[in-house]
Amino acid sequence: MEAKTWKNPVIGWIDSRLPIFTMMQHDLVDYPTPKNLNYWWNFGSLAGIVLVIMIATGVVLAMHYTPHVDYAFESVERIMRDVNYGWLLRYLHMNGASMFFIVVYIHMFRGLYYGSYKSPREILWILGVFILLAMMATAFMGYVLPWGQMSFWGATVITNLFSAIPLVGEYIVTWLWGGFSVDNATLNRFFSLHYLMPFVIFALVFLHLVALHTSKSNNPLGIDVKGPQDTIPFTPYYTVKDMFGLGVFLLVYLGFVFFSPNFFGEPDNYIKANPMVTPAHIVPEWYFLPFYAILRAITFDLFWGLIPAKLLGVLAMFGSIIVLVFLPWLDRSPVRSARFRPLYKQFFWIFLAVCFLLGYVGAKPAEGIWIPIGQAATAYYFIHFLVILPLLGFIERPRPLPASISAPVTPAGAGIPARSAAE
Amino acid sequence: MAEMVSTSPPHMDEGETRRDFLLIATGAVGAVGAALAAWPFIDSMNPAADTLALASTGVDLAPVAVGQRITVVWRGKPVFIDHRPEPEIKAAEDVNLAVLVDPQPDSQRVQKPQWLVVVGVCTHLGCIPLGQKTGEPRGDYGGWFCPCHGSHYDTSGRIRKGPAPKNLLVPPYEFTNDSTIRIG
Repeated sequence: MEAKTWKNPVIGWIDSRLPIFTMMQHDLVDYPTPKNLNYWWNFGSLAGIVLVIMIATGVVLAMHYTPHVDYAFESVERIMRDVNYGWLLRYLHMNGASMFFIVVYIHMFRGLYYGSYKSPREILWILGVFILLAMMATAFMGYVLPWGQMSFWGATVITNLFSAIPLVGEYIVTWLWGGFSVDNATLNRFFSLHYLMPFVIFALVFLHLVALHTSKSNNPLGIDVKGPQDTIPFTPYYTVKDMFGLGVFLLVYLGFVFFSPNFFGEPDNYIKANPMVTPAHIVPEWYFLPFYAILRAITFDLFWGLIPAKLLGVLAMFGSIIVLVFLPWLDRSPVRSARFRPLYKQFFWIFLAVCFLLGYVGAKPAEGIWIPIGQAATAYYFIHFLVILPLLGFIERPRPLPASISAPVTPAGAGIPARSAAE
Repeated sequence: MAEMVSTSPPHMDEGETRRDFLLIATGAVGAVGAALAAWPFIDSMNPAADTLALASTGVDLAPVAVGQRITVVWRGKPVFIDHRPEPEIKAAEDVNLAVLVDPQPDSQRVQKPQWLVVVGVCTHLGCIPLGQKTGEPRGDYGGWFCPCHGSHYDTSGRIRKGPAPKNLLVPPYEFTNDSTIRIG
């Protein structure tokens, strides 16, 4: 980071004492970005923007919300009816959660396809898995706050998962609840933690970016940047591209907010929580459905009852995310991008289809044909990571990699230095 | 720069200025959009519809005897209602306006001389003056006395002595019949 002289003396004075402007110049303007990034690379910055929207709307909503079992549902209704623009802020927040998961899931599958988790980006990827876990906790607790039927029974079912832990399970659940069922104490702590977690996510995102700007962006070819001719500065090229992508994204997001705000929701959550009546069909929010399907797929004990089905289901569900932490070492292939991995490319699409299938099964009642389908899909999910990926590293013959990012467009390979061409 | 664009024929080689114009125009539209998007966040912190619905208070004056002072709550603030006896009214009306900090005749502050209605919040820093209950100090002018920083109000609720800059505020109110008012 070489010292830069600033034209504005005030900025120069501050920067020589606290180099925030140098850092911004370095990471938001000069950041050398591979020149071949496609639109799948928009989703990282989109996720960051959605996080900011969620925090902004959430802070304002918290000004009007009351975390008490007697008032929570009514205070949300008041937000919808009486608070100025309350309906807009709540629908932005509600649909923002769904958008956050759509954007992040696309971002993750982008990483899977182009091998963005491989050396030297393992920690970058693992931080991303932690961000996903933190998002899931935040979204789950946020869904409890309106204190509708789905809020209450979703909280009951998910907290009861911890009762599967041997010996201490029941104590842990009582501790989580702060009582003997989901009640006021639970609602209060969920509100506190729901407000805390976004800032934890923000810190994790910051670390995610530090790791990114250390190991630099991957690219669709999955090969290393060979020199300045392979990169362009982040600003203006990718700021403009990100802004364009943001425009398209906002059309979709606000389309839901204004025209179908309850599309992702459950009607039952507009019924106030009733601890005496369970809704006929409890489903989690759509973004949890694949994991819910994995949880329910385990209907059998293991080792003659030593590991009961309930515990095994919980382990499988958490395992399905934890396995992602080990992905950089499970995938043995040195080639990153699926473009040059003819076999992996096919398994990638099969895996994506299986994830969709799991989501579909998760929304269906756990009966009949859906049980074996869910079990098969769950088995495949783990086989993909634990068997197929390690084996592909040995079996697959990758296609030859281009000599450089510039090589496919400038056959000589040396390429025209992008910076001078742009000037 | 924008002027240069508008005067340049499109075929002229003025790529830089056109780019600058587009940049400024885009930035301006973006700034307007951001400001519009910020408005719902700001406005949501204004009083909500149900808060506004509670913004007026009806008071039955029939049980209030001459010389009695009552306090009612309007918009979360105390409103002092004083059923003034004749000497109090006279004292309020006879004051020479030239000696007042915030000159205002008593007739402008009441709708019926026997009923004084003022917001019971000291105009200095928002304390509630004493004088509503029997035995409380009413200050040097027989009205109200603010214990926080020693402001004295007279029987018309006007500031006479002390740091407060304004008279006690008269809320908007109307007599719905002879013995009932609606404040707000």
